[in-house]
Amino acid sequence: MAVKGEIVIDRERCKGCAVCVGACPNAVIALSKNVNSKGYNYAEAVKDECIGCASCAIVCPDGVISVYRAKL
Amino acid sequence: MNTDIVKPENLVYSRTKVLTDATMHYCPGCGHGTTHRIVAEVIEELGIQDQTVGVAPVGCSVLAYNYFDVDFQEAAHGRAPALATAVKRLNPNLYVFTYQGDGDLAAIGTAETIHAANRGENITMVFVNNGIYGMTGGQMAPTTLVGMKSATTPYGRNVELNGYPLRLTEILATLPGTYFVTRQSVHTPAAVRKAKKAIKQAFENQKLKKGLSFVEIVSNCNSGWKMTPVQANKWMEENMFPNYPIGDIKVEGKLVEGIGLDRLVVSSPLSVK
Repeated sequence: MAVKGEIVIDRERCKGCAVCVGACPNAVIALSKNVNSKGYNYAEAVKDECIGCASCAIVCPDGVISVYRAKL
Repeated sequence: MNTDIVKPENLVYSRTKVLTDATMHYCPGCGHGTTHRIVAEVIEELGIQDQTVGVAPVGCSVLAYNYFDVDFQEAAHGRAPALATAVKRLNPNLYVFTYQGDGDLAAIGTAETIHAANRGENITMVFVNNGIYGMTGGQMAPTTLVGMKSATTPYGRNVELNGYPLRLTEILATLPGTYFVTRQSVHTPAAVRKAKKAIKQAFENQKLKKGLSFVEIVSNCNSGWKMTPVQANKWMEENMFPNYPIGDIKVEGKLVEGIGLDRLVVSSPLSVK
């Protein structure tokens, strides 16, 4: 049984500051090449190694990240 | 998206309901957003949303009342502690906090800040220090470090011309009216957790009626410093933290052990590396 996490990012509210990118212990998050309607390169999960630690959500200045965690 | 994991019962973190749905106007990566969020989370955790009155400042955080789903008053520039004094004295059972930046609290509002602290008002003050006037275009603030470039000190702050930087938090800690004085930051997950704990303590202290609780958050201003948010956080660690040391200064009305005169009285000017 492994603890797996998943993050859901509100792309429209994300400002692409990349503070979450450095906060993630497993380097799951990166800025997208695409932009949202305001022109920001929003953050997105690029790997399936999220452990649901919520470090990204805790440092997000705009509170755009929701974190889910489950034992699978 | 893995639908096995993304279910309401597995939710471990989401945006607090004490913040409104308005998108904050702050620049990407600004510490104000994080500080707003942890103050709102503390209000939610303490269950005091309907008993809290915030006082907004003038500066970048002037629109704070749009983002918190609690009652708010807007103070004249620098006068938030005076307004908070009135709110608290007229409604002693409410939780009252001010939310101010360094241009508001440490410059134009120095008198109000020092006297509210010296009177021992039972309020919480949240002070976001980024060493610059962010809203008006990055001019020098009282907290700007010696050698730090700003719009009005393009060659770096010069002591002969601009005077010395001000460490107001240490000054307030020496006053008998303050009960809890601490300095925190919000640039890493660990720092955010500590800052949130400090803000929670500062709100809980209001029940004790023993004096003012003051939480300084050393923050970045990536637009004013002309850096990316990540670079600004690094610059803050290298230059702001040696001059504005993180940690508790006064707890339960007593100076923390090890905080001696050398810490309270700045002997050499606070300057960039």
